[in-house]
Amino acid sequence: MTGRGDAAIPRRRFLGYVLAAPTVVAGAQLLQVGRAAAVLPSAPSASELYDLSDLLNDAAEPTAHLITVTVHEDGTASFAMPRAEVGQGITTAVAMTIADELDLPLDRVRITLADARPELLWNQLTGGSNTMHSIFTPARVAAAVARERLLDAAAIELGALASRLTAYQGVITAPDGRSVTYGDVAGAAATSTTTAVSVELKPDSALRLVGTPQSRVDALEAVTGRKRFAMDLDVPGALPTMVCRPPTINGTVVSVHNADAVRSMPGITDVAVVPTGVAVRGATFGQCIDAVRALDVSWGPGTAEGKSDVDIERELIGAELPLAPTLPLLSKTIDRRFTFAFASNTPLETNCAVADVRADRAEVWSSMKSPIVAQQTIAQALGLPQDKVTCHVVDGGGSFGRHLFFDAALEAALVSKAMGKPVKLMWHRTDDFRQGRVHPMSTSRVRASYLGSNVLTYEQRHTSVSTDFGHGLGEILSAMLADLPEGNLGYSQTVFSLSQNVPYNFGVVDQLLNEVDAGFNTGSMRNIYSPNVTTARELVVDELARAMGRDAYAFRRSFLKDARALAVLDRVAQVGRWGRAMAPGTAQGLAVHSEYKGRAAVLVEIDCRPGAVNRRVRDGFAGPRVTRAVCAVDVGLPVNPRGLEAQMMGGLMDGIGLALTFSVHLDDGHFVEGSWDNSFYTREWNVPPDVQVVVMPPTTGVPGGAGELGVAPSFAAVACAYARATGTVPLRFPINHARSDLGFDPLPTVPPIPASPTDGLS
Amino acid sequence: MPTHSFVVNGERVSVDCPDDVRVLWVLRDLLGIHGPKYGCGINVCKACTCHLNGTAFNPCSVPVSAIGPDDEITTIEGLPATAGADLHPMQEAWLDLDVAQCGYCQPGQIMAAVSLVRSTGGTVTDADLDSIRNICRCGTYPRIREAIKDAAARM
Repeated sequence: MTGRGDAAIPRRRFLGYVLAAPTVVAGAQLLQVGRAAAVLPSAPSASELYDLSDLLNDAAEPTAHLITVTVHEDGTASFAMPRAEVGQGITTAVAMTIADELDLPLDRVRITLADARPELLWNQLTGGSNTMHSIFTPARVAAAVARERLLDAAAIELGALASRLTAYQGVITAPDGRSVTYGDVAGAAATSTTTAVSVELKPDSALRLVGTPQSRVDALEAVTGRKRFAMDLDVPGALPTMVCRPPTINGTVVSVHNADAVRSMPGITDVAVVPTGVAVRGATFGQCIDAVRALDVSWGPGTAEGKSDVDIERELIGAELPLAPTLPLLSKTIDRRFTFAFASNTPLETNCAVADVRADRAEVWSSMKSPIVAQQTIAQALGLPQDKVTCHVVDGGGSFGRHLFFDAALEAALVSKAMGKPVKLMWHRTDDFRQGRVHPMSTSRVRASYLGSNVLTYEQRHTSVSTDFGHGLGEILSAMLADLPEGNLGYSQTVFSLSQNVPYNFGVVDQLLNEVDAGFNTGSMRNIYSPNVTTARELVVDELARAMGRDAYAFRRSFLKDARALAVLDRVAQVGRWGRAMAPGTAQGLAVHSEYKGRAAVLVEIDCRPGAVNRRVRDGFAGPRVTRAVCAVDVGLPVNPRGLEAQMMGGLMDGIGLALTFSVHLDDGHFVEGSWDNSFYTREWNVPPDVQVVVMPPTTGVPGGAGELGVAPSFAAVACAYARATGTVPLRFPINHARSDLGFDPLPTVPPIPASPTDGLS
Repeated sequence: MPTHSFVVNGERVSVDCPDDVRVLWVLRDLLGIHGPKYGCGINVCKACTCHLNGTAFNPCSVPVSAIGPDDEITTIEGLPATAGADLHPMQEAWLDLDVAQCGYCQPGQIMAAVSLVRSTGGTVTDADLDSIRNICRCGTYPRIREAIKDAAARM
């Protein structure tokens, strides 16, 4: 799994820059070598020719030359990456890429997260699993330019031709054995005028790190507790701050009846009304929790007032786009509608940000995946010029789509302005579940027709509560849309059509999206539409196979369109011993998925027998257990197979949760779940004891997306296994969402957050 | 304002604060010890797990007045010293298997894991691992399980 195979990128020359600076600063220029423009088809299968990854890449390319690698006089190299690290491992993979091209040891490359840089336009968005796809080549080119420049400087220093020198681990050696370090010549290699240079990337065979399993560059900090997240920053005067939030989604403050009394509570310094609620600031978060609970507020209605799950489902079904009026003669059909509940994209680190707003400037620290839009929006909200707002991107404690938005950063800025003091703002977990963003509820109707051994038609009508793309992605799309043949497509439909495809030869294929009801705080959750769309599809694929008397694996094999999808499917079938004898009540499930220039297949085994389902877990939900999972992944070029494995594992845990346990219930205008013991994300008792991830050898030579690729096929495989084990195709997800007994006592909505317990030692 | 005195990571500390402030906030907001993380505040997610006299506890759910002058709190920052090394064997196993993803839950996971292994006397079964309540939203659970088994053999 560490080999690089033969599918190397052809060696190409790139144009780069050496920038005017006191030490070597090199950037990439990609415009002149841009690949041939993809043809944009108007057919619904757009994503197979031009997908979301291409769109994000084309958005990033014009500013790729603004991305620079610096070599310092201490011999280290640094890169302020205009992306957010939220656990996906991009700082490690990019460090490996630069270290390789620059011939430096991995630990001599430092990757930091860049502040908001408006000049990068559309090139500072972390989303769509696009970072490695968009940064890989610019980072290599910049590193290669720096390396050549160092060699030229060393040639003068050592009195030898640059072509006779060798660079290894940061040391340049002449044929006679004399050597200099990068640090020795970093100053001499600098230039006072920005110069364009042509550079050749190393052949793949010369890369030592890319393609080999490496541990995360921040692993030691993480295990020692030294890794700093936003709430660990020490910003002078920034005291703990929380917000008392409304009892229903997006409710508003009408009046506060006891602000003075709350302001005089122990530790509390300030109370202020902001658009999202009533903010309190104090010496400790514990005292803020008490103050939030003590506030007596009259609330106005929210944006989903009185609505419950059943109302939304009715709205969705009513908005479903019609299927084709006629079907091929004599064919038989399978027609299913699946319903997917709301789910929270809450990470373990709740929404949080530090803000210090002064009369003439503001500074904000938060995990932000669209910091330029954040800077623009915050500046507007504060009435400051954009260049007076500094947005620092901090390491995030997970994202799963949450940090595409900057809700906490904006709120912190408004609170800081209202109080006239720096604040360290954090949402309570209950806030995060109930007022934080959710993955929209959706239905997916699939109708497939077949005759003899052929599938003639495959139609899918996906109907979703409106997905908010009003972040940086929105900005990219608004700019890019003009170039698309159908410039009037909505953002959602663009993302849908650029990400969805059916990887099978199913005759006439037609997938459409409609969205309704913008009353919710939504956003992409890891893998956007795909988990639901793919699960609906793969369940119907299993049904087609059954109806046509075929084995589910053999059926997929005969209809899959491309060799890469076939290869990952074959691999999981082989490693997972597809078709082995299974006890009644247990079964295997299989699914395959194509997105982000990658392919993934997942095989799981599930135990739905009473012994597994009826396990008792205190304040938890055991349910059926996935006992084994095998995943095979082909991302084109696996830069860091160890990191890729981790991402697939995470995708698997998400998929298991989405299939079986993880959702929120909408009831009378609010979400019922308010804690991790209410909304059941995968816990240890749900984890398969046996998990294997197979990283396929390179196929395309270009790194595709990894962070989200595993979710959809995992969800689908678990659903298919459940259907096989129980003999019933589930139509509602997660499986336990429709249970008659919630399995927990809902927390009250007033006060909005629970009291801190005192029984932690009993 | 009452003064509370106890031992954190081998050092005696004194803090002036009301009796009912939970230990998590005393550690994080008043003492500046940031290893223990907030994840729920109601003893559910276990991200704040530390040790009280060598056993796992969740400081989000313990008022500071419940901590006596002879009590010793160990946070992730003080864990290596309990093994007399630069890193505790659990942390070593964590590094060997590259367990962390975003890293936010990891101090709590490691502290809970150490306490689990201590309580089981060194052998860890799948049922023991199933009993861990710490949440990892990145889903690195399979590596957590592997690392705990690995470290149990070294502890």
